[in-house]
Amino acid sequence: MSVPEGKPRKQIVLGAHLPGVNHHTVWQDPAAGSQIDVKSFAHLARTAERGFFDLFFLAEGLRLREHAGQIYENDVVGRPDTFTVLAALAGVTDHLGLAGTVNTTFNEPYELARQFASLDHLSGGRAAWNVVTSFDAFTAANFRRGGYLDRSQRYERAEEVLIAVRALWDSWNSGDVPADSATEQFLARHGVGEFDVRTNQFDVRGRFNVPRPPQGHPLIIQAGVSDQGREFASANADAIFSPFRTLADAVPFYRDVKARAVRHGRLASDIKILPSAGVVLGDSAADAQEKARELTHRQVSPATALALAEQVWNRDLSQLDPEGPLPEFDADTTSPPRWRGRAIHDPDLNAVVARWREVAARGGLNLRETVIEVTARATFVGTPTAVADQLDDFVQHDGSDGFILHPPVVPTGLDEFVDTVVPLLQERGSLRTGYTGTTLRENLGLSPARAAQPA
Amino acid sequence: MTRRTPASRPDSRRRPVPETLHLSAALESTGWHPASWREPGSRAGELFTARFWADTVAEAERGLFDLVTVEDSFGLQGSGFGPPDDRTDRVAGRLDALLVAARLALVTEAIGLVPTVSTTHTEPFHVSKGLATLDHVSSGRGGWRAQVAARAHEAELFGRRSIPAVTRETLQDPAVVAVVEDLFAEARAVVDTVRALWDSWEDDAVVRDVATGRFVDRTKLHRVAAQTPWFSVLGPSITPRPPQGQPVVTALAHARTAYEFAAASADVVFVTPRDAQDARAVVAEVRAAEAAVGRRGVPLQVHADLVVALAADAAQARNRLDRLDSADGEAFTSDALVVADSPAGLVERLLLWRDAGIEGFRFRPAVNATDLPALVDEVVPLLQSAGAFRRAYTGATLRDHLGLARPANRYATV
Ligand SMILES: Cc1cc2nc3c(=O)[nH]c(=O)nc-3n(C[C@H](O)[C@H](O)[C@H](O)COP(=O)(O)O)c2cc1C
Repeated sequence: MSVPEGKPRKQIVLGAHLPGVNHHTVWQDPAAGSQIDVKSFAHLARTAERGFFDLFFLAEGLRLREHAGQIYENDVVGRPDTFTVLAALAGVTDHLGLAGTVNTTFNEPYELARQFASLDHLSGGRAAWNVVTSFDAFTAANFRRGGYLDRSQRYERAEEVLIAVRALWDSWNSGDVPADSATEQFLARHGVGEFDVRTNQFDVRGRFNVPRPPQGHPLIIQAGVSDQGREFASANADAIFSPFRTLADAVPFYRDVKARAVRHGRLASDIKILPSAGVVLGDSAADAQEKARELTHRQVSPATALALAEQVWNRDLSQLDPEGPLPEFDADTTSPPRWRGRAIHDPDLNAVVARWREVAARGGLNLRETVIEVTARATFVGTPTAVADQLDDFVQHDGSDGFILHPPVVPTGLDEFVDTVVPLLQERGSLRTGYTGTTLRENLGLSPARAAQPA
Repeated sequence: MTRRTPASRPDSRRRPVPETLHLSAALESTGWHPASWREPGSRAGELFTARFWADTVAEAERGLFDLVTVEDSFGLQGSGFGPPDDRTDRVAGRLDALLVAARLALVTEAIGLVPTVSTTHTEPFHVSKGLATLDHVSSGRGGWRAQVAARAHEAELFGRRSIPAVTRETLQDPAVVAVVEDLFAEARAVVDTVRALWDSWEDDAVVRDVATGRFVDRTKLHRVAAQTPWFSVLGPSITPRPPQGQPVVTALAHARTAYEFAAASADVVFVTPRDAQDARAVVAEVRAAEAAVGRRGVPLQVHADLVVALAADAAQARNRLDRLDSADGEAFTSDALVVADSPAGLVERLLLWRDAGIEGFRFRPAVNATDLPALVDEVVPLLQSAGAFRRAYTGATLRDHLGLARPANRYATV
């Protein structure tokens, strides 16, 4: 009954996010392992592949986060290099897509094109790139370039990076390496790899030195929901990482992005919409709810509640009782942010304050409870059967094409989901029972990348 | 920025002849001879697949080699120092060496993995975390061949600086010399900064203290605050200190500027002597470079590069090379000595060079498919019989293989 009448059943796309630097990761859990040891990454990736997931996803942060001028100690701190981890994981997985978040401001197109093309070759066509532009001069302190780029220039640069990177990927045709000793041709033609890209921000030319990747173009993922972001994504991206977790919010977004993609001459099915989602499982509905409550209280300790509130009020709240009422004063919108290095900022702090007040008043909540309520991410809570229903309904009703799951415990946090929910989704016919393609692009049912122009 | 390496005095004395040679293989496509791809078994059509690299490094690991290096460059291969040429009958194209090395990490067990990474165009912060992560994913087997990218056409691929074209004729030109000196000075600053970033987390920075709710102890994380004429980096790294403390840094060097770069920055230098007497002179030059840059701590380990083409006897080996040369249409030349010989002849030469102060050899197989198995199955056993090479891996990390201690952290308070 979960498929709307007259519609074919959609296949659910699943991604596994190894969460690192954020307050959702419960590193205090007795089962929590290393956040750096490759065994953690390999365990989660293999579990995801065992559950027929499409991809494995890593976020990025290029400077340790600071709070009131000091490195923030309470969340996970530190992460490994994305390309290096994904390349290593290609050695212990066979089908799983390997998606890395990599910034366009602090990287050069030639290197980005090489790294993603290399990852695609070394994984047999499983590379994906989540293109992000954050952050600011704070992160730029670790790099020679980028600090002077304001917000609009960062997006301009991002678009131009993508143009340049695609030109590089297209500079080799798929048949360019016959490697035929009989005809003495390693290369099929003269001038492979030639490119010449001149944009406002780039003046790069020469010959690219990586043959065309197996997917043609590694997948492009975009995270962001502004009008500018939607346009960029519907024209360019193969997947969108979205924040909407209720059907009421998600369906209009889904329709809008798919319609834009069609206007850009693409198939609606060529862009996958994947909200990030948490799952909490229990033996009964009540048990799952209790576990979810426990989880959120572990994620938002009193200290974390205060820290997150300081992020919104942008003031020192250390004298406040986290189990007491919300501060009565407004946010400090003139001082520089107390928090540095967080990915997602709402520029209008007092609008956030107003929203928090509303949530608190409605539920009669104290500060900590309010923080839990507004930052909670465990979207799908229940028995395995109930969660399978919820996930399936969400997708079949066009809330999304699937989900990026972020287990709060690394690396075993997906084990139970894969053991219990995955078989139920398979029974419903909503999740594959085998990988059908060899590349990520094929497994997702995306159209092939636009072929390179013949020379 | 100040250099703080483990303190001890510079060592210009000859060390005792090592009992154990260090052996490594330099992985360059299907081999170093430009016609190698045409040989039977070369698997040239698989050059851009993981399986090709996994099988190649497995062979080197079967030979108990200390490490493999993975060659790289930003530019498409061509002849000489200039831009790529129009030949279609030679291997062109390569994968990013750091990613290749990382791809090998979980399918190998003991061998060191040493990719070539540029000091010229890549952000030091990225270099640092990439190599630190290689060390993490390989459980302490990561290294770095730090390479200056001095080619004009490579700079154009990036478009953010221009480097004048260097030819054999302009090599002595004072303007060109100044550019090269500047690139090497930058390379020293890059290695210094990368090493400082590796140290920017003390070994015990992650405390995971449930009682206080602290994941990390921020007093054990350190700013690097490198300000150089070429770049600046604040730090600390985003990546915890690698298992080896610092991955092993290597550099290939042929002349004074590069010897001094290696002496200031590297743990191992790859050199290219022509014979035993030259080897002795090169080692002396390396020691002089160490004195000139005021190197402190452990002396540079000097390994010699050799291109090898092996066969049952020297004449047959020579024939093999001639055949390859005629397939390519040109006589193969190299910065390193090209040895066409029998395994026994090669071993005789290795032992002579060892007596001249060379501590290890980096073999560049002329044809991977032929010469790598010959090294493993014939050269290695001869060296083992001579008591010059290990019979099993005894350590777990690349530093263990090389006999290099794990460096103390410059920021740690004792
Ligand atoms: C779901 C989601 C995940 C994101 N993950 C990251 C990330 O891992 N690293 C990062 O630098 N930015 C990340 N971002 C930030 C965005 O990609 C985007 O670059 C940023 O919101 C743009 O900032 P600005 O428009 O406020 O300047 C993420 C955004 C969303 C919506």
